[in-house]
Amino acid sequence: MVTFTLNGEETSLDADPNMPLLWALREKAGLTGTKFGCGLAQCGACTVHLDGFPVRSCQTFVGDVEGAQITTIEGLSGDLAATVQQVWADLDVPQCGYCQSGQIMAAVALLSEMPSPSDADIDGALEGNLCRCATYHRIRAAIHEASRRLEA
Amino acid sequence: MRAHAMLSHAATLPKKLVNAPLSRRRFLVGAAATGAGIAVGFRAVPLAAEGEATGPASPFQSYLEIGEDGQVTVFSSQFEMGQGSYHGLATLVVEELDCDWNDVQVVGASGNLATYGNIMWGGTAQGTGGSTSMATSWDRYRQAGATAKAMLKAAAAEAWGVSAEEIEVEAGMLRHVAGGHQAGFGELAAAAASQPVPGEVALKTPAEWTQIGNPEVLRYDRVGKTDGTQDFTLDVQLPGMLTAAMIHPPKFGATLVSFDGEAAKAMPGVVDVVAVPRGIAVVAEDTWSAINATWSVEAEWDETEAETRGSAEIMSEYRALASQAPTALARDDGDFDAALAEAAQVIEASYEFPYLAHAALEPMNAVARMNEDGTLEVWGGHQIPDFYQYLSSQIAEIPPEQVRMHVLKTGGGFGRRAVGDGDVVVEAVSVAKALGWRAPVKVQWTRENDMRGGRYRPAYVHRLRAGLDDEGRLVAWDNHIVGQSIVSGTPFEGLIQNGIDNTSVEGASTLPYAIPNLRVGLTTTDVKVPVLWWRAVGSTHTAYATEVFMDEVIEAAGADPVQFRLDLLQEHPRHAEVLRLAAEAAGWGSDLPEGRFHGVALHESFASYVAQIAEVSVEDGQVRVHKVVCAVDCGVPINPDTIRAQMEGGIGFGLGSILQEELTLTAGEVDQGNYDGYRPLRISQMPEIEVVIVDSPASPTGVGEPGTPPIGPAVANAVYRATGRRVRQLPFEKGLTT
Repeated sequence: MVTFTLNGEETSLDADPNMPLLWALREKAGLTGTKFGCGLAQCGACTVHLDGFPVRSCQTFVGDVEGAQITTIEGLSGDLAATVQQVWADLDVPQCGYCQSGQIMAAVALLSEMPSPSDADIDGALEGNLCRCATYHRIRAAIHEASRRLEA
Repeated sequence: MRAHAMLSHAATLPKKLVNAPLSRRRFLVGAAATGAGIAVGFRAVPLAAEGEATGPASPFQSYLEIGEDGQVTVFSSQFEMGQGSYHGLATLVVEELDCDWNDVQVVGASGNLATYGNIMWGGTAQGTGGSTSMATSWDRYRQAGATAKAMLKAAAAEAWGVSAEEIEVEAGMLRHVAGGHQAGFGELAAAAASQPVPGEVALKTPAEWTQIGNPEVLRYDRVGKTDGTQDFTLDVQLPGMLTAAMIHPPKFGATLVSFDGEAAKAMPGVVDVVAVPRGIAVVAEDTWSAINATWSVEAEWDETEAETRGSAEIMSEYRALASQAPTALARDDGDFDAALAEAAQVIEASYEFPYLAHAALEPMNAVARMNEDGTLEVWGGHQIPDFYQYLSSQIAEIPPEQVRMHVLKTGGGFGRRAVGDGDVVVEAVSVAKALGWRAPVKVQWTRENDMRGGRYRPAYVHRLRAGLDDEGRLVAWDNHIVGQSIVSGTPFEGLIQNGIDNTSVEGASTLPYAIPNLRVGLTTTDVKVPVLWWRAVGSTHTAYATEVFMDEVIEAAGADPVQFRLDLLQEHPRHAEVLRLAAEAAGWGSDLPEGRFHGVALHESFASYVAQIAEVSVEDGQVRVHKVVCAVDCGVPINPDTIRAQMEGGIGFGLGSILQEELTLTAGEVDQGNYDGYRPLRISQMPEIEVVIVDSPASPTGVGEPGTPPIGPAVANAVYRATGRRVRQLPFEKGLTT
């Protein structure tokens, strides 16, 4: 049994400590917004926040999150996250949408750390988030726009 | 041309599939579930129970449904893989129905060839491909919306005792101003359902459009893709469902001799290990337990019939074949040999293209459940649902009409989910059957299964030769293409005509330039690496070979790349217009910042015309694409924002492929397994993109694929200007350094 804070609520999951957090979130906690893309921390589709930092849940083991704060796309809250999600919709960013939970988790983490990221900052923070539809052009624009709205 | 070719392939489909009584039960069930809602063309008789299905009473049958709550459900014949087909079809309905976007949902439909068969394929199959979704839907879904509106108005007129002509419709509301009447669609849905289906309805004129062509109409489903609520096949959870992880043969064409699954079966969560025709399935209570246990399975494979060559050997054979005569000609205008013999200048070059993986983010998957009543349900990204329904029925040994296909949105496709033998769908049904149908089964491939599962864009070698006369005019052009056929050995094999698989030569055989002596030859090779259509299919390599070679020819002629092309496009005004527009928007010929160079390319695919100009720099051998200007003519621009998005995405997809994507094999085994070895474009490599859309009155064509082909040659032509090097071997990582 592993106990941690999941989206603000204390949660205990009966899962093998070696199970990747990704699968525990999806199949034990029933939170399917976090996606499986590679299983090797190569694509970022499974990005969640661990104590506020973006991590790849496919390479994070359940046994290692005891006592941690885990936030998934379903648990995003607050003005910053809401602004990012709103801008994502306003700029019509998603195509297939499969990677977008991970993209948004990475973008929220970036803007939390760095309110006005440069293009290079965005590259640095989101290079690990693959989008096979290549919505990158709009992702970049969305992060800049979210930054502007949050500063206004 | 493609549509014509597709007509012929019905003959090669399994006869049963063509004649299968396709079930319409799904829509009847769906309609019944909404109570007294209206389904356009809805018939209250459960046709499936009657056995033989008859053709629909009208072409509007089963395209949409309006619930008592006013909810408009559009049943999409076209598969949604990210390209925006659901939104496109919904736009056509919303335009004519005048409903509110907030009330619209779209679900994947299947099971009625007469209703959903792709018109661009002669109606012979329901399917999504060749960027045909808007073309096949343009009349159907506008008619469906207009018909439903006419029936709603008729119902309102009857209820209010007024003339239908006096009723106004706006955003899901019907109003009769003079009489003070108003009602929502939901209130009148039941009454509308019993109205006679009008034989003819007038569609709006372009001047009346408020949705079509409106750049402010954004995708109806975008919010669910920002909050994690959009479900995919990965997310299908059924009571009692088991998950299977697959072990496939290590080489293509190898077969299973024996396996030992005992160690795997002893692992926690593992339920069973079973052999199915395509490999070994490890079945567990959860996905991770299944994947994890695959490592504990011992298997012996028979590689007698397997492909054992590596990609380097395959390419070497292709190179040798390219300098021999082709085995078939796709085009032969004038007399190339004679013209070349008389040419003042001869230009020659070869181009090499590797295998490419689709590598969509959602690894392949499907779910199958046998129900107690003997019906089978199959969930998945069913790009060609009739095929999969038929294949599933064969495995389950039940009639096709007892198989219900749930067509789900998929996490990227790029062609990968249209496979004649149904790979992962067949696996899901086979595994469920091997378990004695005791539980629903989801087969979930890993990234490695997906990367090594075959179905690649084939490798090709192109050899091109051209002749210029003494005034620099292009008088002779010969293009010999060597590579595998995509359709050979599949249910689509009938597409091969006179030895030519059009998917191998399209784009090269349709070269628009006025060249009096033009020959395109093909040598189809026999390799057991499974191949498939990959976003833009033949044009993924023909655009590169022809447009880079064209720049080589133009350089020899000492001419300007844009003007020389325009001079040869007098008979092709749509090609010429996008080229002119792109050149103008990019400032072709004007000064660029130090170290930046322009390259241009033009290509038509699937009847959409795209020109791109790339602004590129090369430093320390690193190619950087700063900006791309893209002009597109896809007929009536239905959803400008989607067109723009598809050009952006198509450019990014194509750019990654030419810069760094390559699927290689060593001794028959695929070298790459994940995104560390096979590397699609990342955000730092994405250029700025400007899209110019031609406001065309022509019938709408597609945008899912045509944005991809021109980017490679545009970048290559710019790289030549920057470095003096022609990249003749892809990807650039290889071709620019060797």
